[in-house]
Amino acid sequence: MLYADFEKRLDRFMLKVDIETKDGITALFGASGAGKSMSLKCIAGIEKPDKGVIQLNGRVLFDSENRINLSPQKRHIGYLFQDYALFPDMDVEQNIIAGLHHLPKSERKSKAKELIERFKLTGLERSRPSTLSGGEKQRVALARIFASQPEVILLDEPFASLDTLLKYELIPYIKDVISEFGGDTVLVSHDVSEVLSMSDRVIQLINGQARDAISADEFSMIINKLHDKSVLNQGN
Amino acid sequence: MDLYPLFNSLRIAAISAVIVFFIGIAAAYYIAKAPRLIKGILDVIFTLPLVLPPTVVGYLLLLLLSPKRPVGEFFLENYGIRLTMQWWSAVFAVSVVVFPLMYRTARGAFERFDEDLASAGRTLGLSNSYIFWRIRIPYCKQGIIAGAVLSFARALGEYGATSMIAGYTPGKTATVSTAVYQLWRTGNDELAIKWVLINIAISAVVLLIVNLLEKPKRRCA
Repeated sequence: MLYADFEKRLDRFMLKVDIETKDGITALFGASGAGKSMSLKCIAGIEKPDKGVIQLNGRVLFDSENRINLSPQKRHIGYLFQDYALFPDMDVEQNIIAGLHHLPKSERKSKAKELIERFKLTGLERSRPSTLSGGEKQRVALARIFASQPEVILLDEPFASLDTLLKYELIPYIKDVISEFGGDTVLVSHDVSEVLSMSDRVIQLINGQARDAISADEFSMIINKLHDKSVLNQGN
Repeated sequence: MDLYPLFNSLRIAAISAVIVFFIGIAAAYYIAKAPRLIKGILDVIFTLPLVLPPTVVGYLLLLLLSPKRPVGEFFLENYGIRLTMQWWSAVFAVSVVVFPLMYRTARGAFERFDEDLASAGRTLGLSNSYIFWRIRIPYCKQGIIAGAVLSFARALGEYGATSMIAGYTPGKTATVSTAVYQLWRTGNDELAIKWVLINIAISAVVLLIVNLLEKPKRRCA
């Protein structure tokens, strides 16, 4: 379980995040610029909150009062970047091996092979990221995250750089991958349909302020109401 | 024709380029992380030798290194080494004059680096030195190599600071650039023109290499 309660002063507003994940996918939903990516970066240790506490499965990752701030390396958090952040000077296999540095050298190759098969990347071992399609890049990035054996996975707008058709093909695939992972997952998105089809629970982030978590069904009802209203307004 | 000036110029340029390569990369890397104010001040200091007349650089170096000045005196008294008027004295002058070229090209390359790649490496548990050597440097390598070659080219042509700190002693401190000046001064046009042509040829080849290195604009993943 991931628990994060922190504040960070940003240029335009105060980011106030108070979230707790449960099994499955928790979505952090909000307009672009609402502080979603910054929230993930604070959780992963890439950015430092001004104050607050972040815990993962009972481990303290950040605690401003006790001056605890674990490096990203020690947090065991998988982070899927918006444009996947594959290392351009390494091929697919090397990218995946980069996530396997916790294993002894002799075991990395065979583990990488296993992941390459699991993520349907066979035949692409020697390809550079720049030659891959959007879907392939995403699978490499996911394989690399699985390689590092994280305790929680953060997905930052995982479909933003894919075209719409591909996106709907990939949503069930990612859902399967995440359920195989079994740990908690946080999805950041500004897309209602993505949030509805992926997540079990939704936290809205409005101008940097996180609202209480609601179930996906509740979120769906809110969205429908908003939709009805706007349709009625148009009728006037 | 005595080829000593060519040999001497090449070794001074090569040694200076290697020194400046490492110091320039380190300076470019650390300045990127420095607080704003320090960044602004250091950037001016690091770039100053690019716009200062080489004679000013030479003068400042002499204030430091000549036998009657603090550093120069220290080395002369303790080690019996005179820091000026040696063939390698030119390395000090050339390194300072050339440093901004390496520093600025490396900084430009580092600034284009996608920080998400380093962040991704950190969340995957990779060490900071692995990220620097295996991800950041390869990503920026074209700019860095171009900077090094450009530094070497400029180092070959340094005249002002070199002549002040190493002087012109045939067979000892003579370089191509100081030889051209001496030959012109003594009216030896025939030999001067030979050195001029050699100089132009080497510089043209090096610049061609720089262009070839910069041409294929790299695509990011």
